[in-house]
Amino acid sequence: MTFWKTSRLLTIAAVGALALTGCGSDDNTSTAAPGGAAASSSTAAADCGTGTLNGEGSSAQKNAMDQVSQTGYLAQCPDATINYNATGSGAGRKQFTGGQVDWAGSDSALKPEEATAAATRCMGNPAWNLPMVAGPIAIAYKLDGVTDLTLNAEVAAKIFQGQITTWNDPAIAALNSGVTLPATPISVFFRTGTSGTTENFTKYLHATAPDAWTADGSGDWAGKGEGREGSAGVAQAVAGASGGITYVEWSFAQDNKLNVAKVDNGAGAVELTGESAGKTIATATQVGTGNDLALKIDYTTKEAGAYPIVLVTYEIVCSKGLDADKTKLLKSFLTYFSDPATQTGLQDIGYAPLPAEVSTKVKTAIAAIS
Amino acid sequence: MSALDTGHQTGPLQRASSLAPSQGLAGRAARNTVATVVVVLAFVIAVIPLVWIILTVLQKGAALLPDASWWLNSQRGITPRIAGGGAYHAIIGTILQALATAVIAVPIGIFAAILLVEYSAGRLARVVSFTVDILSGLPSIVAALFIYAFWITTLGFSRSGFAVSLALVLLMIPVVVRSTEEMLKLVPNELREASFALGVPKWKTIVRIVLPTAFSGIVTGVLLGLARIMGETAPLLILVGYSQSINTNLFSGNMAALPLMINNDRQQALEPAVERVWAAALTLVLLVLVLNIAGRLIARFSSVKK
Amino acid sequence: MSSITGRSTVDQVPGPTGDVPRGRRRLGDTLFGGAANLSGVVVIAIVALTGVFLATRAVPSLLDDKVNFLTSTEWVPEPGNLRFGILQILWTTVSISVMAMIIAVPLGVLNALFLTQYAPRWLARPAASVIDLLAAIPSIVYGLWGIQVFAPHLTGLQKAVNDGLGWFPLFEGPISAGTIFIAGIVLAIMVLPIITALSREVFAQTPAANKEGALALGATKWEMIRTAVLPFGRAGVVSASMLGLGRALGETIAITIIVSSVAPGTDFFASWLQGGETFASKIANNAAEFNDPSSTGAYIAAGLVLFVLTFVVNAIARVIVNRRKAFA
Repeated sequence: MTFWKTSRLLTIAAVGALALTGCGSDDNTSTAAPGGAAASSSTAAADCGTGTLNGEGSSAQKNAMDQVSQTGYLAQCPDATINYNATGSGAGRKQFTGGQVDWAGSDSALKPEEATAAATRCMGNPAWNLPMVAGPIAIAYKLDGVTDLTLNAEVAAKIFQGQITTWNDPAIAALNSGVTLPATPISVFFRTGTSGTTENFTKYLHATAPDAWTADGSGDWAGKGEGREGSAGVAQAVAGASGGITYVEWSFAQDNKLNVAKVDNGAGAVELTGESAGKTIATATQVGTGNDLALKIDYTTKEAGAYPIVLVTYEIVCSKGLDADKTKLLKSFLTYFSDPATQTGLQDIGYAPLPAEVSTKVKTAIAAIS
Repeated sequence: MSALDTGHQTGPLQRASSLAPSQGLAGRAARNTVATVVVVLAFVIAVIPLVWIILTVLQKGAALLPDASWWLNSQRGITPRIAGGGAYHAIIGTILQALATAVIAVPIGIFAAILLVEYSAGRLARVVSFTVDILSGLPSIVAALFIYAFWITTLGFSRSGFAVSLALVLLMIPVVVRSTEEMLKLVPNELREASFALGVPKWKTIVRIVLPTAFSGIVTGVLLGLARIMGETAPLLILVGYSQSINTNLFSGNMAALPLMINNDRQQALEPAVERVWAAALTLVLLVLVLNIAGRLIARFSSVKK
Repeated sequence: MSSITGRSTVDQVPGPTGDVPRGRRRLGDTLFGGAANLSGVVVIAIVALTGVFLATRAVPSLLDDKVNFLTSTEWVPEPGNLRFGILQILWTTVSISVMAMIIAVPLGVLNALFLTQYAPRWLARPAASVIDLLAAIPSIVYGLWGIQVFAPHLTGLQKAVNDGLGWFPLFEGPISAGTIFIAGIVLAIMVLPIITALSREVFAQTPAANKEGALALGATKWEMIRTAVLPFGRAGVVSASMLGLGRALGETIAITIIVSSVAPGTDFFASWLQGGETFASKIANNAAEFNDPSSTGAYIAAGLVLFVLTFVVNAIARVIVNRRKAFA
């Protein structure tokens, strides 16, 4: 008897669970619409695609991607679903070439050997690097009593290399006359795993202070310190105790209420602002060919008021080879993303808009995807 | 004292008598008191962090749960800057993945347990028992790695909710086998013998007599197994991508699950996301607790008479 | 099996002597027994496949490994120039698990004793259920609680340990933000309910005769426990501990959340007050980079070692438990 009673109960439970699949709602417009601050309404209604697009990669562009895909684009094209998993640039490129996702977000362009694999994944067509989000990397720190700190490439390199170990080191003091630096030991935090932020930051260090940072720029950390997982991980670790320092995208430094160091680029200390970062981003030159818009940034810029540590993060897409629906959706989404109005909206959350010249090229490239 | 000396018993009592004579009465009493204090103290020490965890989850996670939208809406259109939305997409993902796991793991587990108890004579049963032991110690990350190497790299499938279910099958089978085995062993042999004596074939005896008798215990085992796999995070990290929107298709696309939702939102420092992390954690704990409690209630009210 | 009739035997009413035609009865039995055997074979196949698959993926990378897999601390699984060794990972994994066990086993056994021998009935029942339920709390919740809520409270303790015992390699500074020490304690809290629940079950089964006998002979309660309860439950405690140890060795997400990784190229260090990666967290931290077969092989090799490690732990537990049974 209990047998039948229990099995009936179980059947009801199982059927109930399956019935549950029908009763949820994806419609959060009532809560989302008023809150979605940077969702620009001025953008021309995109040529909407439908279906689902899965992307993966850079955590540097995660906040921008959330903002654009979940508020702006969704308001325009409510039938489209864009998923983005911020597992890191290296991961994104590998999942893309492995055919597990439709596009990759990456802080660095495909390397030559990856480009070959990507072409295979795209049914024999080249993959393109499309710059989409530009943003400064902050040198974020937490030090009791110090809210104004200036560093330059060489001192930063030595700190992250573990050669400068206390905050009152003469090298730091020399750049910060008038600031009382405590003798607190410096705890360096870096990104665990392969990271595009690490790659861009170490490229900067190697370009501007090759003697202090001898290793080439690389996604795997070559300095000292302790590793935390993801941009959020390093930011939270620094927020945890006085004496910590890390390199992290500006928006994560802001979210975690960390202090951000000024960087002396050789022409004086520069505070990190959207404008000062934009000046460096404007130095970017194209190194890819045709519609492959891989950029090279001049980290050694000595322009007054240019904040030199920036990264441009790419969307890596197949120039051809996705199925028709996905291609349509991808083009529609990226067109919306690269639109100047969308780009300007990203300033509020710690990014810098793409220079007009670049964004025009991006638009042309997107139009050429088939 | 003398009472202890006279004993020539075996086993524990012998051990008891051997320690007594050398110690004074006061020493023994003091030792006993110390032991009592240590035991009680240990309990207190152990309970503190456990209560602390429960309170943390309750206190940080309770705010969003009374809201109907938490249970009915997804996170679509929500960013870490925006409060609102719900965990429906993750709850349904967790439930569907768990159901798919159960559909595969429960029959295999029950039949394997029948093999161990009802057909236990052969060598196969002994090997199975040993392998079930290995499975029960299998780390979830290794199970995930195996499915990745097998299902995704070798067979060429995409990451999906079903790939997660496959990995969870490996973790659930041993729980089902062991609990079913225990329950089947509790079924009195007289029942089997009576059935055989009436000429009922063995398989029919098992289906009509043994399984129904042990049924509620088996259900309990299944529910505990489900509770165990629902909280697993490692296979999700490797075998499926997260989606903020509802996806009820186990076989394709990104699919949310509660642990994945927690893992995604914990990357954010902003208040709305942090609130959601703990709310999702509380939801997951509640889901697991409901299964646990259901399992234990079924066990208590309709168990095999021991 | 020649006389397959295709007819169901379910409704067959057996004769009083149970003398149903052999063939018909056997069909049902064959199918059913076959299903049971098949499930058994499936279970064996799963385990065998797991081992074989991990091994075949790991071996090519292991052969290409430019450094010693067991004694190197390097981990650069670069295709074409594979350099990976597990020494530091093994040390971290074992350290965290051992520390968790050092704390959780005695506490778990004492808790089980409290619940079965000391606690009044009104407390024992609900407390036992609560602890059982805690065993089911997902590890990601333990991880979040561990780093966000619990870790800040350990700063002082870690500093004190470092100040007092810093000369000892195990407690060398500088102290990291996410240490093996913190992870060890959090894992201890995590496996404590498992060990408590299983030990409680065996202690509760101590034959009343043994206990009452000891008490009747004038033993104090503690002597009764030492002489009757503990020896009876030893095998159960061992297997409970091994189960807990298995969980600790394989724990993934709580470790990734809590413990800091160390900079590549760092020389081997023993300190528990610094970070590190376990097999599981190493794999999870790099999970998404599994598309190149040779570097994936490096991680799979790490997974294989973890598999073997938990296998050995289980085998030891089995041997101990069986031997106890044999001599009981």
